[in-house]
Amino acid sequence: MMSDILTIAYLTLFEARRKRIVAAALLCGAAFLTVFAIGMLAVFNDLGRRQVTFIERQTTIYMLTVAGLYAVNFLSVLFAVLLPVDAISGEIDSGVMQTIASKPIRRSDVLVGKWLGHWFVVAIYLLMLCAGVLLIGRLIAGHVQQNAVSAFGLMLLEMTLLMTVSVAGGTRLSTVTNGIAVLGFYGVAFIGGWVEQIGGIAGIPSARTLGIVVSLISPPDVLWRLGSYLLQPPILRDIGNTPFTATTVPSPLMVWWAGGFTIAVLIVAVRSFATRQL
Amino acid sequence: MNGAIGPPDRLRQGYGGPPELHAKAEGGPYVIETDGLRKTFGTTVAVDDLSLSVGPGEIFGFLGPNGAGKTTSIKMLLALVTPSAGRGAVLGRALGDRAARARIGFLPEHFRFHDCLTGRELLRFHGRLHHMHGVPLESRIDTLLARVDLIDAADRRIRGYSKGMLQRIGLAQALIHDPDLVFLDEPTSGLDPLGRLLVRDIISELRERGTTVFLNSHLLGEVEATCDRVAFVKQGRVVHVMSLTEMTTACVEVEMRIDPIDEALLVALSEFGGDVTRDGSNIVRIHVADEQVVPSIAKWLVAREVNIYALHARRKSLEEWFVDVMGEDQRPG
Repeated sequence: MMSDILTIAYLTLFEARRKRIVAAALLCGAAFLTVFAIGMLAVFNDLGRRQVTFIERQTTIYMLTVAGLYAVNFLSVLFAVLLPVDAISGEIDSGVMQTIASKPIRRSDVLVGKWLGHWFVVAIYLLMLCAGVLLIGRLIAGHVQQNAVSAFGLMLLEMTLLMTVSVAGGTRLSTVTNGIAVLGFYGVAFIGGWVEQIGGIAGIPSARTLGIVVSLISPPDVLWRLGSYLLQPPILRDIGNTPFTATTVPSPLMVWWAGGFTIAVLIVAVRSFATRQL
Repeated sequence: MNGAIGPPDRLRQGYGGPPELHAKAEGGPYVIETDGLRKTFGTTVAVDDLSLSVGPGEIFGFLGPNGAGKTTSIKMLLALVTPSAGRGAVLGRALGDRAARARIGFLPEHFRFHDCLTGRELLRFHGRLHHMHGVPLESRIDTLLARVDLIDAADRRIRGYSKGMLQRIGLAQALIHDPDLVFLDEPTSGLDPLGRLLVRDIISELRERGTTVFLNSHLLGEVEATCDRVAFVKQGRVVHVMSLTEMTTACVEVEMRIDPIDEALLVALSEFGGDVTRDGSNIVRIHVADEQVVPSIAKWLVAREVNIYALHARRKSLEEWFVDVMGEDQRPG
């Protein structure tokens, strides 16, 4: 029932606010953006003092912006994994869940409500940091980042996937075990992405194939790589690499795969929680 | 305080649910009925055979030592855990049925909730889960906060509540929707004597308005003071069910300090009852069926020129029943 889902989602948001989780996240995000802004200003001023070509200037500003988004992506990954890591397991351990589950509410509504509440917090966090980075680039250096909306959508899907895995893990695993497992899941994706990248650069088909297989098993990192590819100016796509962007371009089909993967994990989570002994 | 817990004389709905579990009893179908409910966790048997029935409006005590399976039994009735075998119905519906859960209140043992909420916010949240809103919900919250004596602490976060205050706000959340059936798992745990008295009064009010209460408690004095019937659970199995009325009219123990005592006297005394025992030089105990027998014993002793220094009749307490039913093989939990 939708009203039950919204009631649980509201409680989740209320709790996040009351426990100062949102405040802490915003404070840390503000600190990050401040450092980024100072860096952007320093680089921009330095470029102004030196005689550099327009392309060099634009490339440097672009690289700094993408580096900022790369950091945002990493911070958001941690946020998406850790925020809901005890959403289910912690409440089962403390006995809170027994009181909620005895009410006339479907367990699926409890789980989806918690998922929705956490998703909203993660989405706002990601939006604010991305918007902050892009706004700083725009205000200080006049940089207009292309494909920003598409890249944000891919990053949001990446966070949604990780958050969903974290919620699903909580239906069966203890809080600490779940945190370790979900970060391990992301770690597999991360290293798989690098294997694929290096395989692509060095021309090693087996490494590239391994990376693709890993991306199918754990798809979050491939979404960032696709997003970072979209962020590149066309000229950079043709002439070179940056440390933060993809050299091998993931297939757009991976977006559908990741979306389906997220939905499948959410369904598994609902079923797992429905049969969990409380 | 009558009527503080909920409106009196509420019409009770007819029960649906599995017809095979609708053994009719006087006064209507059972509110709780189970047949061979069993729960195992791996090789561990938590509940072996839960077979019992609780009628409408009963205050039913559920007694047993630690680890007897009481909490697991309640969790099965609330569908928090799935039975491994057996059948059960609550409010005439299958275990876990949402329509039945809408009419059930539950206070878990060691009630905990998000400690960032205030007492009032906690009750508001639970009311919304029962689809209560607006003025009726706020009015109900105020009534319950007053009833559990937490008006002063209503807008404080429950993080700062004492254990007793947590139990009381937990009790209020169990009653927020004016339920027909309330499960109370150790409701007086952590409460001081005044808090216990308050819980006892609330249970009495629930009885007056016809609410069924399933009470799991270690405090036998509380159970004795509040319950209509009790079930004794041993190693996951209901071993004895009795009414408290039965307990008060059952067997009376007579203890007498008399002199002289000989074998012939003891044999003759056994005509009045059973279990005649001699303790020390001049103490004799005998179990008789009724208090009315006591004057006859006194007259008989006087007629036999036996000196009576003391004569005392007392009924068996629930604690003694508990020890007898559980047997001597039980060890403290």
